Amino acid sequence: MNLTLQVWRQENATKEGRFVTYKADDISPDMSFLEMLDLVNERLIKAGERPIEFESDCREGICGSCGCVINGQAHGPLRGVTTCQLHMRSFKDGDTIVIEPFRAKAFPIIKDLVVDRGSFDRIIQSGGYVTVKTGPQPDGNATPIGKDVADKAMDAAACIGCGACVAACPNASAALFTSAKVAHMSYLPQGQVEAHKRVVNMIARHDAEGFGNCTNIGECHAACPKEISIQHIAIMKKEYICAAANYEPEIQRSEGAI
Amino acid sequence: MSTLNSKVPSGDLKNKWDSHKANLKLVNPNNKRKHTVIVVGTGLAGASAAASLAELGYNVLNFCVQDSARRAHSIAAQGGINASKNYPNDGDSVWRLFYDTIKGGDFRAREANVYRLAQVSANIIDQCVAQGVPFAREYGGALANRSFGGAQLSRTFYARGQTGQQLLLGAYQALMKNTSTGKVKMFSRREMLDLVLVDGKARGIIARNLVTGQLEKYAADAVCIATGGYGRVYFLSTNAFNSNATAAWRCYKRGAYFANPCYVQIHPTCIPVSGHYQSKLTLMSESLRNDGRVWVPKRKEDTKKDPNTIAESERYYYLEERYPSFGNLVPRDVASRNAKDVCDQGLGVGASGQAVYLDFRDAIRRDSEKVIREKYGNLFDMYKQITGEDPYKVPMKIYPAVHYTMGGLWVDYNLMTTIPGLYALGESNFSDHGANRLGASALMQGLADGYFVIPYTIGDYIASEKFKPVTTDSPEFFEAEKNVRANINKLMDVGSRGKKTVIEFYKELGQLTWDKVGMSRNAEGLKFAINRYQELREDFWSNLKLTGTSEEYNKYLELAGRVADFLELGELMARDALHREESCGGHFREESQTAEGEAKRNDKDFCYVAAWEYKGANQEPSLHKEDLSFENVKLSERSYK
Ligand SMILES: Cc1cc2nc3c(=O)[nH]c(=O)nc-3n(C[C@H](O)[C@H](O)[C@H](O)COP(=O)(O)OP(=O)(O)OC[C@H]3O[C@@H](n4cnc5c(N)ncnc54)[C@H](O)[C@@H]3O)c2cc1C
Ligand code: FES
Repeated sequence: MNLTLQVWRQENATKEGRFVTYKADDISPDMSFLEMLDLVNERLIKAGERPIEFESDCREGICGSCGCVINGQAHGPLRGVTTCQLHMRSFKDGDTIVIEPFRAKAFPIIKDLVVDRGSFDRIIQSGGYVTVKTGPQPDGNATPIGKDVADKAMDAAACIGCGACVAACPNASAALFTSAKVAHMSYLPQGQVEAHKRVVNMIARHDAEGFGNCTNIGECHAACPKEISIQHIAIMKKEYICAAANYEPEIQRSEGAI
Repeated sequence: MSTLNSKVPSGDLKNKWDSHKANLKLVNPNNKRKHTVIVVGTGLAGASAAASLAELGYNVLNFCVQDSARRAHSIAAQGGINASKNYPNDGDSVWRLFYDTIKGGDFRAREANVYRLAQVSANIIDQCVAQGVPFAREYGGALANRSFGGAQLSRTFYARGQTGQQLLLGAYQALMKNTSTGKVKMFSRREMLDLVLVDGKARGIIARNLVTGQLEKYAADAVCIATGGYGRVYFLSTNAFNSNATAAWRCYKRGAYFANPCYVQIHPTCIPVSGHYQSKLTLMSESLRNDGRVWVPKRKEDTKKDPNTIAESERYYYLEERYPSFGNLVPRDVASRNAKDVCDQGLGVGASGQAVYLDFRDAIRRDSEKVIREKYGNLFDMYKQITGEDPYKVPMKIYPAVHYTMGGLWVDYNLMTTIPGLYALGESNFSDHGANRLGASALMQGLADGYFVIPYTIGDYIASEKFKPVTTDSPEFFEAEKNVRANINKLMDVGSRGKKTVIEFYKELGQLTWDKVGMSRNAEGLKFAINRYQELREDFWSNLKLTGTSEEYNKYLELAGRVADFLELGELMARDALHREESCGGHFREESQTAEGEAKRNDKDFCYVAAWEYKGANQEPSLHKEDLSFENVKLSERSYK
């Protein structure tokens, strides 16, 4: 296949970016999207030009490193698939592909397609854990957890933290990411003790990072490579309503709530 | 040749760890606050260590190359984690897990370490449950188990096909909690490029900030390396793109011995290579062998036929036939070598002839598609995504690929390397798996090291040493920084003039290592490889092409540094493989096999750990041996027939 790429190039956070057009010839349909970019980069380097910087690690859809907006869609045209798992057989000869970084105020661009998602770590820091020390714990079977409950918790916990939900949301909200962790914990008995504190603080942090409000548009769910359900946002809102009466967040809140 | 002191405590195997813990010196809580520990790596080993040390009160500086600690390579582990809980009541015990691991490792691991691993395995599960890890459960609410290769019972705990992800997120969340209190300072997008020694002790590191390109210096009282394995020396492997040996290698060059580098695990169930552009290989979890049956056509003429049209009588279920008692669940090295063997006989399938079938037809008939979907749905989806074929309808095609490295930095029972104050945890050390690792044991070892070993053993060192105050202004830091800068400048300088890209070198290195230091090895090939690595290095350092600068985000510069280290490590692997004139576990020397073509160990001459000492650039390394003595198990031929 021969393709035309329009790629966002930006030297660093402070410089202005722009689209640059590249030819991508002789692309095999069995290549992954990132392997196609690898090949384009090989050719750029040979020509003495700077390669397109993008992020990837596992290249099997689990680490959440990769991700760009492909023809207007986070992670590209297929549902439930990360950029690294997208294969060129999803495109046709002669296509033009527009490739941009995940854009959001809370994800400053580092270079080209690489963005800073440190805000996600800070949301988890604000409460996305069970406070438990390393050491002797009750036996794993001491508290039975029904299969249905464990499965639901797992559905939520499957989030890979890639940021596609934010890139897809017209409000650049991270409600889906935040709610996936809140819901994972709220299903499990281990998560109950700190439930109120957790949801209040995580939402406060979410807002302080500059993510937008959730207005139930649903683009996040559509873009999520792990198909994390938007229901988790409803669970988070419910948890929040119960909790907000009891807890003041420990973080200065910015305007607006989820 | 010196002998290495493994510091294994005396006494009965079963009591060694408990009595050792009772004898370790303690650091009082007020003093812990005065000590800083560097942990490099945020995989299962690094994240669990960093979180646990911070909870104890140490100040922890934690580093990783990814943008977030949560993305460490451990995240990709699929199948599960072993523990001797005996929940299914099928006769498991600490002893059995110990024995299976020792035997699986082909009697090339230290008894005491492996026994300790089996002992703490149950605590790991409890710890993870307490953190909220959503393990698979039975309807009644109890934890579910499945079986894995090399074991005849069900002791593997799992969270769908994403066990590594869930365990790592548990450890990562514990880490994030400790960053919120400031006990851990997290430095992501940093690559450790040198170790700093002061008075012969590990006292800090030099790291490159991968966003700005700046070099940064960090001082501490002890350094823990938890930077994973070196499987990417093969370029194509199941390891993540950024996995590397650089941190461990730089420690080696500063005096830490590197043990058993030739022990590499080739995993039998990976998606076969499809083209020259391929950047990595994808594992299909070993758990699939619980229900999938491995076969090839009996006749060469059938290898290109639609597999569903090949009659039962024309199928060669070679694992079931050759190993009736373990069948499709033989250990990985055995399964891999047998796949190579049938493909070498011309029975391989797929376009390249380098693949065998893994077939779920019978399991789907027996249990229904729904049951199979529940167990393996995400793996089947992934397979379909990559290959475009539906494994519910057509058998999967699989082939072995490099997966795990048993070798690594030599450590004693306390996980300390030969450099005082330098520890190595997880896949980066050589410790517990001998010459072959059993499935679901790496996650166990990483978490055992981080949660339950290092928090005790590091205290003993800190309590016993007198620490002279060291800051990053001391001359040793400047020397190390200068050394790193010179290396980077040299790369950029060559890179501005050369012609071959990093990836071209990387692929050449990978192909050489796969061909000569891969699934089967012989003296001639290894000697050839040793020479070839040297030539490749010369070519690399005169003909490499790079663009951009070192003062910015530059992925290909990062890769170049890693490839330069791999070009040296490859040679050490070949040397180690050449000197070990026996076959054991993942190391198969063609000169040493039984009449049936199985690996033949030589316990008389090679029952030791080979630990290599760096002697300077282009000098031959020197070999140190740690003799392995087996007091509790009898060395036997590892038979899975
Ligand atoms: C696809 C796949 C599936 C697997 N499935 C299983 C399984 O089911 N069960 C099982 O038991 N095992 C499994 N394994 C093996 C297991 O996942 C690994 O052995 C284990 O996770 C290694 O953990 P670790 O903490 O030692 O290192 P890693 O997880 O590799 O972490 C390395 C860390 O070090 C950091 N790092 C590396 N170099 C540097 C540097 N120079 N400077 C700073 N930081 C650095 C990285 O950023 C990362 O944080 C699997 C492996 C693969 C590849
Ligand atoms: S590279 Fe890991 S999810 Fe794509």
